[in-house]
Amino acid sequence: MENTIKIRATLENGVTTVKLQILHPMDTGLFKDPKTGNVIPAYFIKELRCEHNGKVVLEAVWGIAISKNPYLSFSFEGGAAGDTVKVSWTDNKEQSGSGKAQISAA
Amino acid sequence: MSVNQARRSLLKGVLSATAAALFAALPRFAFSAWPEQAFRTKNIPDTLQALFGTASVITDTKGITLSVTDLAENGAVVPVTVSSTLPGVDNITLLVDKNPNTLVAQFMLAPGVKPFIKTNIKMAETSRVIALVRSEGKLYSTNKKVRVTLSGCSN
Repeated sequence: MENTIKIRATLENGVTTVKLQILHPMDTGLFKDPKTGNVIPAYFIKELRCEHNGKVVLEAVWGIAISKNPYLSFSFEGGAAGDTVKVSWTDNKEQSGSGKAQISAA
Repeated sequence: MSVNQARRSLLKGVLSATAAALFAALPRFAFSAWPEQAFRTKNIPDTLQALFGTASVITDTKGITLSVTDLAENGAVVPVTVSSTLPGVDNITLLVDKNPNTLVAQFMLAPGVKPFIKTNIKMAETSRVIALVRSEGKLYSTNKKVRVTLSGCSN
């Protein structure tokens, strides 16, 4: 899935802070469509992985209680300006997406 | 080549071909399996047991900072920040004890990653938000009650 993710990675005082947002409905599967009365099936991101220059820095497992269009921020030591931060995700429909950003100095 | 040897090498070939096919069929990244059992739990002790194999947690309100509003007008988007001063944190977990499923999310941190997570969560009703932090193999937790005006389960 293309263009589903926005990533910003900023280096300040030796610490890289990553902020990311993924476009995803994150449907819980607990609610009905008010128009049709049918239950809207669960549709949510289950797994997320963040890499710095190909090395995994963070993995996450999510349930239905992460908000729509998930936002995440975290930070790590050891990044340099120009390094690549990659974020990949998969959802419960076996769809996946990924995005990359270059670390920029603050 | 005896029949047996031929069969063995044929088998070997089939096996490695199968393995290669399986490997190619794997998604681009396959990692720690999604903990399905833990995501079904309905209370804190069950969640802890499913995730960590223990329900024993040290309450630590000094070593963990959980920043979340007292009053959430919209339960669909409740910003939560967890940070910690504990050493060697490799896991941060978020729970909401009155959500349909107690477990919200779990974050696994590699060495060098700061014990800090900021994200948005959904809350079905007024409840405690619990932050769990694993430091040097021990589990620590803190919690905060959040009043929810509009349930986050309508979307």
